[in-house]
Amino acid sequence: MDAILAQLLNGLDKGGAYALIALGLTLVFGTLGVVNFAHGALFMLGAFCAVTFRQLITLETVVIDPEQLSPWGAPLEIKTPLAQTWFGDFGAVLVDYSVPLSIILAVPVMLLIGIAMERGLIKHFYKRPHAEQILVTFGLAIVLQEIVKAVFGPNPWSQPIPSSVRGAFDVGAMIGLAPGALTYPMWRLIYFLFSIGVIGAVFAFLRFTTFGMVVRAGMADRETVGLLGINIDRRFTIMFGIAAVVAGLAGVMYTPLLPPNYHQGMDFLVLSFVVVVVGGMGSLPGAVLAGFLLGIVQSFASMSEVKQIIPGIDQIIIYLIAVVILLVRPRGLMGRRGMMEA
Amino acid sequence: MTKLHGFSRRGLLKGGLAGIVATGVSPLIFSRGAYAQEFCNNPTGDTVTLGFVMPLTGAYADEGADQQRAYELAVEHLNGGGDGGMIPTFSSKTLKGNGILGKKVAYVTGDDQTKPDAGRDTARRMIERDGAVMITGCSSSGVAIAEQALCQEKGIIYMAGLTHSNDTTGKDKKRYGFRHFFNAYQSGIALGPILGEAYGKERVAYHLTADYTWGWTQEESMIAATEALGWKTLPPVRTPVNAGDFSQYLTPVLNSGADVLVLNHYGFDGVNSITQAMQFGMRDKQANGKNFEIVLPLVSDLMAKGAGEAIKGVYGTANWDWQLGDEASKAFTKSFGAKFGQPPSQIAQTSYAQVLLYADAVERAGTFYPPEVIKALEGFEFDGLGNGPTTYRAEDHQCFKEVYAVKGKDSPANPFDLLEVVGVASKESVTYDPSIFGGELGPDTAVVC
Repeated sequence: MDAILAQLLNGLDKGGAYALIALGLTLVFGTLGVVNFAHGALFMLGAFCAVTFRQLITLETVVIDPEQLSPWGAPLEIKTPLAQTWFGDFGAVLVDYSVPLSIILAVPVMLLIGIAMERGLIKHFYKRPHAEQILVTFGLAIVLQEIVKAVFGPNPWSQPIPSSVRGAFDVGAMIGLAPGALTYPMWRLIYFLFSIGVIGAVFAFLRFTTFGMVVRAGMADRETVGLLGINIDRRFTIMFGIAAVVAGLAGVMYTPLLPPNYHQGMDFLVLSFVVVVVGGMGSLPGAVLAGFLLGIVQSFASMSEVKQIIPGIDQIIIYLIAVVILLVRPRGLMGRRGMMEA
Repeated sequence: MTKLHGFSRRGLLKGGLAGIVATGVSPLIFSRGAYAQEFCNNPTGDTVTLGFVMPLTGAYADEGADQQRAYELAVEHLNGGGDGGMIPTFSSKTLKGNGILGKKVAYVTGDDQTKPDAGRDTARRMIERDGAVMITGCSSSGVAIAEQALCQEKGIIYMAGLTHSNDTTGKDKKRYGFRHFFNAYQSGIALGPILGEAYGKERVAYHLTADYTWGWTQEESMIAATEALGWKTLPPVRTPVNAGDFSQYLTPVLNSGADVLVLNHYGFDGVNSITQAMQFGMRDKQANGKNFEIVLPLVSDLMAKGAGEAIKGVYGTANWDWQLGDEASKAFTKSFGAKFGQPPSQIAQTSYAQVLLYADAVERAGTFYPPEVIKALEGFEFDGLGNGPTTYRAEDHQCFKEVYAVKGKDSPANPFDLLEVVGVASKESVTYDPSIFGGELGPDTAVVC
């Protein structure tokens, strides 16, 4: 029972990342009708916002001290972080909390990147076939990842979890199990709650604001909304920016779980497309549901007991489920009629 | 018929032969290489090209970057630059800083992406396009085995980089392939007693294993070593290389009944899995009334740096450590540190040593002709490359030398002081019968490409 609950928690935190990426992907597809293969790259760019923020606040002054020698006999380099020199203990706190704080940088940067991407490139492909949209966005993803590789190098950049939430949390004690029976990393729990929060915020934004209402109307019938004199294109551009922010935030908060590298976006991209297809093209609740569902299934498939029966099942389970769901429900779990069916 | 005084046909022959011997031409006449100098990428100009294939991207990219530094340094030293590094300490004194056989050493580099097919393609390009007479590199046994097989086909000497699978010099060994690095079997011998002493004889181990040749053989060797102590082993779980997030494999460990987690992971995979295990609170956990422990059977300074706090107190094995006190290690560390601002890791040492060993073998053979170089390497006994007295065993082309059990240092004295040597397995204790891993070396026939 403890093992099942632990695996369920793991599935939820993995699912949180899948759902966030798939949500952004579906937002773009549902509003602009573009299959954005550069969406994984936006996740990666978000992660590198966290890296950049940390690099900035951990800038150091380097002084060579000829009096002291390094272990191999060269003059010793003494490095002092500027944040601590300037702000003392507050500087140390800034460095400790660099990952959550980098959200401040990531939101405007990702919004700008998203809007620039849509206005600069993607808008020219609205009336082109899906295959061409896929090719151009895939090309863009490669360009972005090569830029990141050129700037940050090929190796991952590890980002620390803030010291106060490092280690594991006794979830079992909260639900009446024996102490220590069910512990789970605190940051992973935070990631899960964060993903729920962001998903909730996006849904609330679409549901309870006038802007959201217009966007939903545009998603249902773009032409009619346009005829009413509403500049739906501008709103859709902003939605593209919001989708980029969602992907970027998913990337920022993921950095302590997996040090980001330039290739990270591609690793998530294929998976998130499967999530979107399983959830149903263009369906926001479908994307979220499928994200969590596939995260949980993948987690259970990685259990030793399951792998003893079918070795390697953890590698293919997501694709197997996609095949089954598409056979049984060709539009996915919550797909709408008419999406990609023209 | 006029007979010249003091000259006869027999006398002329004798004198001529003596002259040939005296002028030193004889080795060329009597060696097989002299009349069989046709071989792949025979260097005929003033330079000789070596091919360095490294993982510059992928799960072992950190290792690849250090490997590249070591190769640059080795070439510099072979060409007479810098302080010579380990050339002055190397027991064989053939290397003079004038290249190899008087030819300046040039090199080409390439990325194997930590993937066997990419490594093989890169090595092939170096052989077919760049004229590399020797290929060296890799940080993955999967890549090593693929490149080694290609080199056997092409008749090109392959000096393996960091490859730890028993198969490299076992069932997949090749006449043209040579490994300086130690292997998983030797890790088991070196680490077993240390684990027994530290954690006792009643333990239950859970293995997470990289799903390829290295992981499989390390898992097998570690299970053999720990079960010999009395430990029990739960069914091992195989994980894909470059998995990134290992949380779905780590979660089941918590309630499995195991009290030791053995991570058969290397490079970034090892860094990620041990860091994530720490996040799960495994090092603070109690299981079966004992402290839960993590073992990383193959560990490097680069991984220790990446893992940070998570590596402290964790046991593993290493081929070499920059803090070994012998003259060769000190000379190499000084040379490397001065050039790159950081001490060399174990992959840098093995890669550097392999280039020197090849160059020396060519010098001793007096030719680049591969069958003669192979003969010069087979059974070669040497010292002064950082691992003490070492033998390149002829039967399987595996180097036999000391193996070091290491532990993540609890209180590092400086940012590079990450691992401490806690045990040394002697060369004799890690020597085994070459037949236990099977395989055939194959022919040493030269190939014209």
